[in-house]
Amino acid sequence: MLTPATANDVTDKGDAAGDALVLRHLSKEYRAGVPVLKDINLEIPGSGLTAIIGPSGTGKSTLIRCINRLVQPTSGEILYGGQDLAKLGGAAMREARRRIGMVFQEYNLVERLTVMENLLCGRLGYVSAWRVWLRRFPQRDIDHAFSLLEAVGLAGFENRRADALSGGQRQRVGIARAVMQEPKIILADEPTSSLDPKTSVEIMELLRNLGAERNIPVVVNIHNVELARRFATRIVGMTGGRVVYDGSPGDLTDKDLNTIYGGENWLE
Amino acid sequence: MSTLDQTAARRRAFTPNWPARLFFLAFAIYLVYAASRLGFNLERMSYGLEHGQRFLARMFPPSFARSELIISGIVESLQIAIIASFFGIVLALPVGFLAARNLMPVWITWPMRAFVALCRSFHPIIVAIIFVKAIGFGALAGVMALIVASVGFISKLFAEAIEEISLKQVEAVRATGAGFFAVLVMGVLPQVLPRFIGFSTYQLDSNLRNSTMVGIVGGGGIGATLFTAYQRFDFDVVLAILIVIVGMIMVAEIVSGWARRVFQ
Amino acid sequence: MTVTEALHHDWQRFTLAQKLSRYAFYLASVAALVISLRTIEVIPEFLYDAPTQMADLITRMWPLDWTYLQPTLTALIETLHIATVGTFLAVLMAVPIGLLAARNVTPSAPINLFAKFVFVTSRSVNSLIWALLFVAVFGPGPLAGTMAIAFRSIGFTGKLFAEALEEANMGSIEALTASGASRFSTLLMGYWPQARPAFWSIALFRWDINIRESAVLGLVGAGGIGVALETAMSLLYWDQVAVVLLAIFAVVVLAEIIVTTVRTRLI
Repeated sequence: MLTPATANDVTDKGDAAGDALVLRHLSKEYRAGVPVLKDINLEIPGSGLTAIIGPSGTGKSTLIRCINRLVQPTSGEILYGGQDLAKLGGAAMREARRRIGMVFQEYNLVERLTVMENLLCGRLGYVSAWRVWLRRFPQRDIDHAFSLLEAVGLAGFENRRADALSGGQRQRVGIARAVMQEPKIILADEPTSSLDPKTSVEIMELLRNLGAERNIPVVVNIHNVELARRFATRIVGMTGGRVVYDGSPGDLTDKDLNTIYGGENWLE
Repeated sequence: MSTLDQTAARRRAFTPNWPARLFFLAFAIYLVYAASRLGFNLERMSYGLEHGQRFLARMFPPSFARSELIISGIVESLQIAIIASFFGIVLALPVGFLAARNLMPVWITWPMRAFVALCRSFHPIIVAIIFVKAIGFGALAGVMALIVASVGFISKLFAEAIEEISLKQVEAVRATGAGFFAVLVMGVLPQVLPRFIGFSTYQLDSNLRNSTMVGIVGGGGIGATLFTAYQRFDFDVVLAILIVIVGMIMVAEIVSGWARRVFQ
Repeated sequence: MTVTEALHHDWQRFTLAQKLSRYAFYLASVAALVISLRTIEVIPEFLYDAPTQMADLITRMWPLDWTYLQPTLTALIETLHIATVGTFLAVLMAVPIGLLAARNVTPSAPINLFAKFVFVTSRSVNSLIWALLFVAVFGPGPLAGTMAIAFRSIGFTGKLFAEALEEANMGSIEALTASGASRFSTLLMGYWPQARPAFWSIALFRWDINIRESAVLGLVGAGGIGVALETAMSLLYWDQVAVVLLAIFAVVVLAEIIVTTVRTRLI
C-alpha cells in the first residue's frame, strides 16, 4: 500500500498517531468558471477531532466528498498514506476508500436491510461479492459488528430493519458502519443536522469517543458552532470556498465568527 | 470476547428464512420439471439453432417490394385502434363510474364489476375469434374485440381511481347544494381526469399493438398481411412488416407521451 | 387539484402554449377518428346480421360438452407451464438489460438507449407474432410458445425493473461507494434491497398477464390451451369451445386472486 518513492516526511510519524491527510491547492468547479472550492491547503493530523464550520453552500460537503473521491476534484492533491488520492482510479481508489470511513447527514442506510446487514456493508470493500451474496461474512467481522453495536448502544437491534429506527438510532448505525471499515480516518458530513439537540450531543460524543479510543482522526462538517466548540480539538472555518480560520476552539473569537458567517460574505 | 457457545445462542447475525428457501427449492424443482415437459432439451435447442440460422438468413435483407400492401394493412390497423379506443373510452367512462363503490350502491357496482372482470379475463384475440365467427371477417370484428378489451382495462382502473378520490372535496361541492351530475362534474371529474387521460393514452398504445395481431385470426389490419407472408415463407416480407410495426409503435409512444404531458 | 382550481382553470391555470397544445390534441383526435370512421372498410350486411349470428353462437354453445373437459385440463396445465417458465426466462433476461437501462446504475447514454430499444422491440411485437417467429425456429409446440412469452415479456419487466432501480435512494448507494464497495457489491447490498419489492411485484404482475397471453398461443401452433380451442373451433363444436372458454375464465380469475393475496403478503 505504501510506496516508498512517494512517501514523504508526513507519513513517517510512527504508529502512535495515524497518517496525516494533506490537501494541497485543492479546487473544484462543478461548472467551469464557478469554483466551489478555491485552492484549499489543509493538513489534518493523525488524531483529534477537526470541525469544519461555515455557512451553507460554502463547499464543506464538497471538500469532504473530494477526500474520498465521491466528488472528483478539478485540480490539486490529496496526499494520504503516501498516495495522491486525487489520482487514484478503479481498485486502488476503492482500496483507499475502505480506509476512510464516512458518516452522512441523512444517515444513508440501506433502509430495507437489517441493522446487522447495514453494519456489514462497511466490510464490502474487503469481502468478495460472492460471500456478500450468501451473507457469508467472516466470523471476525460479525463479532466485531456485535461489539460495535454494544459500543454505540444498540445491542439487541441486529435484526431490526433500518427503516424501523429513529433518527438518532440510524445515525448510530451509520457511525458503526463507518467504524466497521476499520478506517484510518473518519469523515462526517453534517452528522447532526437532521437530529434534535440532545441526540446531536450524544452523536458528537460518540464520534469523539470512538475516534479517541481507536486513535482515528475525525473530520466533521458542522453547522452548529456550539457543538464544534465543545467537541473539536481544532476548528477550520470556511467561507466562499476558502479556509478563513484554522486554530483551536479556544482561540475562536466572535470576530472570527463574523469573518466566517457575517456581514458582506452573506451577500456574496 | 465472550465464549463461543454463548455467542452462538444469542448472536445470530442473520436469521435464516427457511420458508423462502424451501419455496425457492420447490420452485427450482418445478422449473426443471416444467421445462422438460415443454420440450427444453439439447436436441430441440440444436435443432432450433440450426433452423433459426436458416430462418434469419431468409429474413435478411427485409423486402419492401410489397410496400402498398404493407401500407394499406398498417392504415387499417391504425383505423381499428383509433375507432376501438374512442368507443372503448366513451363506454368506459359510465361503466367506471357505475363500478366505483364509494359513489354507487352495491346492487349497481356488483354487476358492473362482474361485467368488467368478464371483459378483462379473455385475451383480445379470443374475443376477436368470437366476433369473427359472429360478424364475419374484416376490420369490424377487430374493432369490436378491442372495444371489449378497452372497456375492461380502462373501467377497472378508472373505478379504482374514483375510489381513491378525496371525499372531502365531493362533500364541499355537495354542500353548495349541487345536484348529482353537478357533483360528478365539479367534485369527482377534476380529481380523476388526468389519470383517466393517462389510462386512455396507455390503452391507445395497447390497442395499436393488438390491432397488428387481430388480423391473424381474421380481424383485419396488418396481421392478415403478416400471416399470409408467413405462410408463404416470404420471411423477408415478414421482417419488413415487423420493422414497420416497431417503428409505428415507437412513434405512437412518443405521441401519447406528449399527450400525457399536455394534460398533466 | 382543488375544486377552486378546477373552476378557474380555463382562464388561470394554462398558458397560451398549453391551451394551444390541448386544442391541437383535441383537433388531432377528432380528425383521426373521423377519417378512420369514414375510410374503414365495413360490410354493412354483416353488421345487420350480427345480433342473430351472436344469438345463434350462444345457443350452439349450450349445453356444454363436458366430455371435452379432460383434454382441456391437460392443455390448461401446459398453459400454466408455458406462462411460468416463460416469465422466469423473461425475468432472467430482463434483469441484466434492466441494469443497463437504469441511468443511475449504468451512467452511459448510448448503453441506456440501446437497452431501451431492446425493450421497445420486445413490447411492440405481439405475443402471437413472437409465437409465429419461434414456431418457424423450433417447430410447432409449447417450446415455441414459452420462448414467445419470454421474449414478449422482456420489455415490460425490464422497463419497470429499470424504473424501480432509478427510484432507489442514492444516499445509501453513496454510502456503500464511500466504504470502498465494488460495483457488484453495491448492486447486491444497495440497489437490490431497494428494488426487491418492486421486482417481485413486477414478476407476479407479468405472470398474471402471461397466463392470459399463453392461452392464445395455440392458435398458431405454439402449444397450450389455445390448441384445444383451435381444434374445437375448426370442427365447429361450439359446446366444446364453451368448455375451453370457461376453463380459461376460471384459471384467469384464480391467477388474479393468487397474485393479489401474494402481493399483499409480500409487500
